[in-house]
Amino acid sequence: MDAILEMRGITKEFPGVKALDNVNMAVRRGEIRALVGENGAGKSTLMKVLSGVYPHGSYQGEILYDGRPVANRSIRDSEEQGIVIIHQELALVPQMSIAENIFLGNEIATRGIIDRRETNRRTAELLAQVGLRESPETKVGSLGMGKQQLIEIAKALSKKVDLLILDEPTSSLNENDSDALLRLLAGFRDRGMTAILISHKLNEISQVCDSITVLRDGATVAHHDGMVEESRIIRDMVGRSMSDRYPSRQPKVGEVVMQVRDWTVADPARDGRLLVKGAGFDLRRGEVLGIAGLMGAGRTELAMSLFGRSMGDWKSGSVTLHGKPADLSTVPRAIRAGLAYVTEDRKSLGLVLDDTIRRNIPLANLAGISTRGVVDRQREGAVARDYRQRINIRSPSVESRTMNLSGGNQQKVVLAKWLFAEPEILILDEPTRGIDVGAKYEIYTIIRDLAAAGKSIIVISSEMPELLGITDRILVMNEGRLVGEMPTAEATQERIMQVIIRSGHDLTDETVTPEEIEAEAAHV
Amino acid sequence: MSDTTTDRRGDTFGFIRRNIREYGILFALIVIMAFFQVVTGGILFRPVNLTNLFLQNSHIVIMAVGMLLVIVAGHIDLSVGSVAAFVGALSALMIVRLGLPIPVVVVLSLAAGAVIGGIQGYWIAYWKIPSFIVTLAGMLVFRGLTMWILQGQSIGPFPREFQMIASGFIPDLFGPDKPNTLSLILGWGAALAILWLQIRGRKREEAVGIVDEPFAFFAAKNALIFLALVWMTWVLANFRGLPNVFMVMAVLVALYAFVSERTTIGRRIYAIGGNAKAAKLSGINSERVVFLTFMNMGMLAALAGIVVSARLNSATPKAGVGFELDVIAAVFIGGASMAGGVGTVIGAVVGAFIMGVMNNGMSILGIGIDYQQVIKGLVLMAAVIFDVSNKSKS
Repeated sequence: MDAILEMRGITKEFPGVKALDNVNMAVRRGEIRALVGENGAGKSTLMKVLSGVYPHGSYQGEILYDGRPVANRSIRDSEEQGIVIIHQELALVPQMSIAENIFLGNEIATRGIIDRRETNRRTAELLAQVGLRESPETKVGSLGMGKQQLIEIAKALSKKVDLLILDEPTSSLNENDSDALLRLLAGFRDRGMTAILISHKLNEISQVCDSITVLRDGATVAHHDGMVEESRIIRDMVGRSMSDRYPSRQPKVGEVVMQVRDWTVADPARDGRLLVKGAGFDLRRGEVLGIAGLMGAGRTELAMSLFGRSMGDWKSGSVTLHGKPADLSTVPRAIRAGLAYVTEDRKSLGLVLDDTIRRNIPLANLAGISTRGVVDRQREGAVARDYRQRINIRSPSVESRTMNLSGGNQQKVVLAKWLFAEPEILILDEPTRGIDVGAKYEIYTIIRDLAAAGKSIIVISSEMPELLGITDRILVMNEGRLVGEMPTAEATQERIMQVIIRSGHDLTDETVTPEEIEAEAAHV
Repeated sequence: MSDTTTDRRGDTFGFIRRNIREYGILFALIVIMAFFQVVTGGILFRPVNLTNLFLQNSHIVIMAVGMLLVIVAGHIDLSVGSVAAFVGALSALMIVRLGLPIPVVVVLSLAAGAVIGGIQGYWIAYWKIPSFIVTLAGMLVFRGLTMWILQGQSIGPFPREFQMIASGFIPDLFGPDKPNTLSLILGWGAALAILWLQIRGRKREEAVGIVDEPFAFFAAKNALIFLALVWMTWVLANFRGLPNVFMVMAVLVALYAFVSERTTIGRRIYAIGGNAKAAKLSGINSERVVFLTFMNMGMLAALAGIVVSARLNSATPKAGVGFELDVIAAVFIGGASMAGGVGTVIGAVVGAFIMGVMNNGMSILGIGIDYQQVIKGLVLMAAVIFDVSNKSKS
């Protein structure tokens, strides 16, 4: 086999987490290789190792490219060898023109003075190669996602790419743009380029890929030459065994507490795109309700828009609490109505990192530690020490700054903040992301105890075993819609994955026009 | 699980490292005062000069407590010098031209300042226009309006009562002989009250086991503050008594220190500056808090404007030029962070006095205004470099 790339025994550790564990992968020259796996399986990390985002020396193992060992210290190094990565989040400057973007950092210039004519001529050539009919002078911001993706590819071509890595290139494209992109890739392959395609969409993979590598929990678990059945790939992706990683519980599910109907939220950044499309569900007393889905499915958007419309533009939908219409239009109102939202992004949305544990915990309920606007420091200290002990926040004292705590303990401080606000309904968004196994167990225990105390809990998680382990019922979300619902007792990872992938087949992810939003809003 | 934290109780060295900024600033003030006391041959602490020190820097201190809150909230207010000048001119107009009674003028002037601050705060808080731009515009607008209402001339002089706001001294209820007994009672009473509050606070902390500061530090710091207050009161009481503006300043500093440290609104301001998104998601009405912070700043700028025009005994088109820079510098020397969420009222006041003592000391030495500017600039830069290097080390 003529391997263009061989990665041998790649191991990459982050503090407390082994993201990649002895990964092996060889790619043939001139093929399109699919790299699949669940969120957090290590796909992006592996590609960052390859492209020099994580420099040589920060990982173990060796990489052979064109048969020679490589030691990339930066993206620049890898690009010089012809390895180019296009990230899921496009790295284009919207205010600049196509030509300026393509040659950003790589300008055609003599002694610092840009040769605009040559730049435009070369850009026009590159645009012709990717089949994009736009002037090189056009501002990137005025173009749709499909065209922007093509510009990224043109940019890669300008760097004389031999191995192109695409991280979920079609995740924000509609059907037509996706097809065009995939055809383009196939065309490049026929002219000798090699590509690695990271994707969740198995139908796309079967369309263009020559072989598949499956990653799970940071290790290569399967390699298939040629296409295999979807169910086989899904089994490879999720096939871990459930062990006693979850505290046992006897659910006591009571009456319906919250009803959400026809919840629709638009993307303020992009006209006509909906983040959440007509979502509706019930939540019961003492219930732990899971929401499964891939990244970008709209789960956080749903949760944050319910919590005081903190994300997106609310278009339509209603919430009733205990059978009465509820006003959740601002965060203070949502808190007063008994909601709490524990963010997935504790550092930038959950904590005041410069402040101590004591000062962070009462932030959502300052009234609880003050009398007529004056903080009672005794009461504040007592509250902080109580929570520190109760949910086992490991720190020298409550006077420790939250920036000095480990991820798990930071998460517990955020949880404590919301527990002190005494909510009836807690929405936990990725409550165990980036924390170690021991702390996860403790968080699960807290969730169990809260449910036993009659609270209603929504858990959003990308880790399916976690949802299967701690919830009573699971909603499946994909592309802004709730596409499935099942009791946890009947759920398996395969079933959830199937629901997601089937819904991807059925729903054409067309760009919605403003008129359609209006129609949808009027439909209420 | 690893507890990656550097906090360790009872570790004196660690304590110094964590709190070096707060002690450093106080220490810097002491060193600077000692330096000028020596090189001016003892002039710095002469009763008349000490009195002048307070009179000349009162407006900076008054505005610094408001600016501290603005900067902690993650904003800046460049308009305070112009607003002070504008309100000074407005009050002059009301007194000299319209002949309104002084208490009415003071209330109206403060209200005008609050309205101006509120208007700027509205655009900043609710429209999310950067405060730098809004208050830069305000700086130009109110400077222009000052010139316009004064028609390029000065308005003055003021009635004696109005001048007394800035240059009067508190009366002695116990007879005219020196020392001024009421001043002594107030000054020493305050010194005792502060000491008592500190000791009580420490006892409470001890009771719940959250004492961080080693006892030696606690004792030394409080002894120093106590003795300084007692001595200063004695010196001032033996001259003309405590100045009126000193009383205004003392009340404001105590009030704003309390608001920033002990009230829910204070907490909210720090939370917004520390992490605006987290504060918002915690149900804090950031817009209103920011709006009120600017309104408060406008009111304090107005108060400073009254004090300055009363001291100069006229309102002039050039009054208050560059005040904003002195005030902002004081706050940053006092340890506030440009990024927001960090800073103390006491720090800002100490920062203001560092600037004030340097101004005063260098003027006594006859150092030219050119060098003075250079030196003040370097001190500001040094304070911030100290902060940054300190932060990157920890």
